[in-house]
Amino acid sequence: MKEIEFEAPQTLTEAVALLRERGKDARVLAGGTDLIVQLREGKREPDVVVDVKGIPELYNFSYDATSGLLLGAAVPCSRVYNDPVVCERYPGLIDAASLIGSIQIQNRASFGGNLCNGSPAADGVPPLIVLSAVCRIAGPNGERELPAEEFITGPGKTVLEPQEILVSLRLPPPPERSGAQYLRFIPRNEMDIAVAGAASYLELDEDGKTIRAARVSLAAVAPTPLLVSEAAEALIGKPASEDLFEVAAEAARKAARPITDMRGTEWQRRHLAGVLVRRTLQGALARARGTE
Amino acid sequence: MAKNTQLSFVLNGEEVQLLCEPRHSLLEVLRDILGLTGSKEGCNNGNCGACNVILDGKVVNSCCVFGLEVQDREVTTIEGVATNGELHPLQQKFLEHAALQCGICTPGFIVAAKALLESNPRPTEADARLWLAGNLCRCTGYDKIIRAVLDAAAVTSGEVTPVEVTAGGRK
Repeated sequence: MKEIEFEAPQTLTEAVALLRERGKDARVLAGGTDLIVQLREGKREPDVVVDVKGIPELYNFSYDATSGLLLGAAVPCSRVYNDPVVCERYPGLIDAASLIGSIQIQNRASFGGNLCNGSPAADGVPPLIVLSAVCRIAGPNGERELPAEEFITGPGKTVLEPQEILVSLRLPPPPERSGAQYLRFIPRNEMDIAVAGAASYLELDEDGKTIRAARVSLAAVAPTPLLVSEAAEALIGKPASEDLFEVAAEAARKAARPITDMRGTEWQRRHLAGVLVRRTLQGALARARGTE
Repeated sequence: MAKNTQLSFVLNGEEVQLLCEPRHSLLEVLRDILGLTGSKEGCNNGNCGACNVILDGKVVNSCCVFGLEVQDREVTTIEGVATNGELHPLQQKFLEHAALQCGICTPGFIVAAKALLESNPRPTEADARLWLAGNLCRCTGYDKIIRAVLDAAAVTSGEVTPVEVTAGGRK
């Protein structure tokens, strides 16, 4: 690994000041499970590594029924799934947190880092998207917010300016009769990178059948994670059914823009997008009805 | 010039102090600076688990942790698993079940399995296989490793008989 400097600011103000000065040559370190490997492979070559795990706002992790879930950008996956309340309220998020990598990875890797790494196949991102997560970003010009689906702009690229830092994510409290699920296809049982992934979110009317709200997101079938609004449009206002889910799955297949690479072919990925959307809609429905 | 930086942390129950470069991983600190070569470099990119240590109670890949990140933290390595000259039940069962051949993966497996039993004292076979998915072995085919882990779980949790092992742990 090339020589680096290591800084560990203890406050957000310190971190912003540091990045204002060194941002162009710096890379933020949370769990390090992507960054340290990239440094070794020469894929990213910062002069300064900024360890943000000592900054309280990046390590916040709390839920309340009014404001929802506050998820600091550096909170590791294992902290998320070891919280029984969060497991109950956001099972779709837990699906991803317990799939990423391995136990060792999950003790370090964070949803924030997963977003900032910007992989099209990021497992953490589709659940954040369908659960309407909002990103809080801090920089020398102040703070800004934007929805998770706008964060990743291309493979390995995000909306962050070099001097900016992702502070935290906020997920709204889950409405009654709502549910979400994330599934992915990998050739082995664990540890792989998604060939295709899908997250679905459904909110039902009081009749427990009509879909009041829906969100569908895909991973690994386009240069960025996708929010498939055509699938949602096909679902909203209609009674949930297998046939309806197949319509949404078809919309997902059409929206997918996969490539053929070492993990899978274009046609297989497109097919999987449809399968996984259908299955996650079924899973979201069961969770929305409380019949999981 | 590399800027050597002071690092101090608690290692296997004792305070250590050393100088290291910012780019050194915790694995490099342990092996190359402290001479604790029990943790192995299998892949250097977080896939194989041969470098596993326990950091503040959580098992991590030390190849993917910078040395300087563990300032004031607690680290347990394979060298700290046996206590007072006595083997941990995991180590004893690995021997009894012949759960190692070349032994390169073994320190990582022992550390990860120790963390498993501390988190879940009575894992099922599927629990154990999933937890240990981040530890790769090229020699044994994993079967004897899993038997050893479940047998050790029986010992540490006071059960009479260990969980029965099936092929692959799946129905």
